[in-house]
Amino acid sequence: MNVLLPLPLLMPLLTAVLCLLGWRSRRWQQAASLAGGFALLAVAVVLLVAVRRTGVQAVAVGSWPPPYGIVLVVDLFSALMVLVSAIIGVATIIYSLATVDAARENYGYHPLVHVLLAGVCGAFLTGDVFNLYVWFEVMLIASFVLMALGGERIQMEGAIKYVTLNLVSSAIFLAAVGILYGLAGTLNMADLAMKLRPAQGDGMVVTVSLMFMAAFGIKAAVFPLFFWLPASYHVPPVAVSALFAGLLTKVGVYALVRLFTLVFVQDVGFTHTLLLVVAGLTMASGVLGAAVQREFRRILSFHIVSQIGYMVMGLALFTPLAVSGAVFYIIHHIIVKTNLFLIAGLVSRLQGTEALALLGGLYRWRPALAMLFLIPALSLAGIPPLSGFFAKLILVRAGLETRQYAIVATALLVSLLTLFSMTKIWQEAFWKQAPALDPAVAPAPAGPAYKVAAGAAVALAALTVSIGLGAEFLLRLSSEAAGQLLDPSAYVAAVLGGRP
Amino acid sequence: MRTSIILQTATRFLQPLLLLFSFFLLLVGHNEPGGGFAGGLVAAAALILHALAYGVDSARRTLGVDPRTLIGAGLLVAASSGLGALAAGLPLLTGLWRGGLGTPLLFDAGVYLVVIGGTLLMVFSLMEE
Repeated sequence: MNVLLPLPLLMPLLTAVLCLLGWRSRRWQQAASLAGGFALLAVAVVLLVAVRRTGVQAVAVGSWPPPYGIVLVVDLFSALMVLVSAIIGVATIIYSLATVDAARENYGYHPLVHVLLAGVCGAFLTGDVFNLYVWFEVMLIASFVLMALGGERIQMEGAIKYVTLNLVSSAIFLAAVGILYGLAGTLNMADLAMKLRPAQGDGMVVTVSLMFMAAFGIKAAVFPLFFWLPASYHVPPVAVSALFAGLLTKVGVYALVRLFTLVFVQDVGFTHTLLLVVAGLTMASGVLGAAVQREFRRILSFHIVSQIGYMVMGLALFTPLAVSGAVFYIIHHIIVKTNLFLIAGLVSRLQGTEALALLGGLYRWRPALAMLFLIPALSLAGIPPLSGFFAKLILVRAGLETRQYAIVATALLVSLLTLFSMTKIWQEAFWKQAPALDPAVAPAPAGPAYKVAAGAAVALAALTVSIGLGAEFLLRLSSEAAGQLLDPSAYVAAVLGGRP
Repeated sequence: MRTSIILQTATRFLQPLLLLFSFFLLLVGHNEPGGGFAGGLVAAAALILHALAYGVDSARRTLGVDPRTLIGAGLLVAASSGLGALAAGLPLLTGLWRGGLGTPLLFDAGVYLVVIGGTLLMVFSLMEE
């Protein structure tokens, strides 16, 4: 474990180094970036297998013993998140090989993608709250540059909103970390879990937990703090916004799940009820926002917000089934949402626009692309037998078991509205006649770059279908993960070595 | 670009002093306040002063390598200080010591290079705009 556990951080970091050292050659950067992506994927698979076999594992970085030093901890949830991040990393790198221009690559596109992946994996693997903040910053700084890279006017506008809101969130996060340290005298998550467990009904602990909720809430884009996301996610190149859409908000959700299952469980009746209300409002406001949008990636951005609500719902219900539903939902959502962004990119490549009013006729000219869109779109709406159906089924069942009928009704209604949104895209972009183009003339034939880019989307769609068909396997994994989350004794023992 | 003879003359004296001081900071950081970050900033300041007095092209020639290569090299040096422990079967970044010298110094040297590279990459591109 000494070697394996830090590898998901080292692989992207060393790949970034290779890309930087060979920055003069575009070919070299692309080859190194792709190889690094696959290496990360391989490491993630090995890590997941190892964790499944041996349980929660921890490594004290620099041999400083916990709770004083920083520990890296991996449980099934972390390992699953690292694996799905690696999958998204590989898919977007392949997509960007075909679509990102030479100027962006020259200014460090590939190293930045890998630094971003290192930040994401670091956030998933750390066992220390302050270190979590540091990995968040690594990820955010890389994402700031990726968002602004290229310097188009619209990009700058989106980037300013994105940077400002995220800095506010980081400030709240850091303040909360400081207060927490003052309260507990430790920032090691396992140690916090032990020290704060008897603090039931301590108003200060609940207050700090709400500050963490606000900080991660902004990063995860939950109601009422989501407005930065739809304002910025449609501006960078498609490969970048697909990477962001898949991973960044989910790191916020991960942090919420981690802290509100391990550390802040003193006053579940208050904090998790609040989370449940937030979840319902997030679902509803996201999907209603999407209903009025008329542009491909903007619609999808609002749906990210709405889907975050489902994940938070799983956390808020706080039963084993619900938490495993949240884990399942996060994995399903990351793959599907990235895929939809990639397909939006393919569409705008073919017709040169993302405005639904100007698109059209794609079903006639590109039936394969239309089918490719249908798979993730229907999965997002929750149509069987695709992955989204099972994700929603688990959450709805968990809601019924705990008699939270209001949230169940909201979840079902929102998935109906999601279906409406996806139908709108289908109707406008694929089904109707293209208004701007002569219906007799097909768009430009697809070049090799288009085929490479489409390959990434096909692979993700295949993954969605296979999650749907093999749902039982992923469900077993996610309920094991939920078991570890809800009973932190194995986590604490792995970090603190069985000490009380 | 307008140049000032006073600044140019001052730079000729200050630049070696600043570079020497940055190296001092890097080494003294081993046991006392200082270290790779502070040292790297001072070294970058020396080159920025050069760029202000003689122009960015001259500063780039003085530096000799592209800032991006410096960032990459620095990251590699810093990472290698952690990887040594892995090769010895210890957790990542565990300090390995021989006599008074240890791998933490290697980490600081990496930070030093990354800070120089990062600062100059930003400042040079802003000055060239």
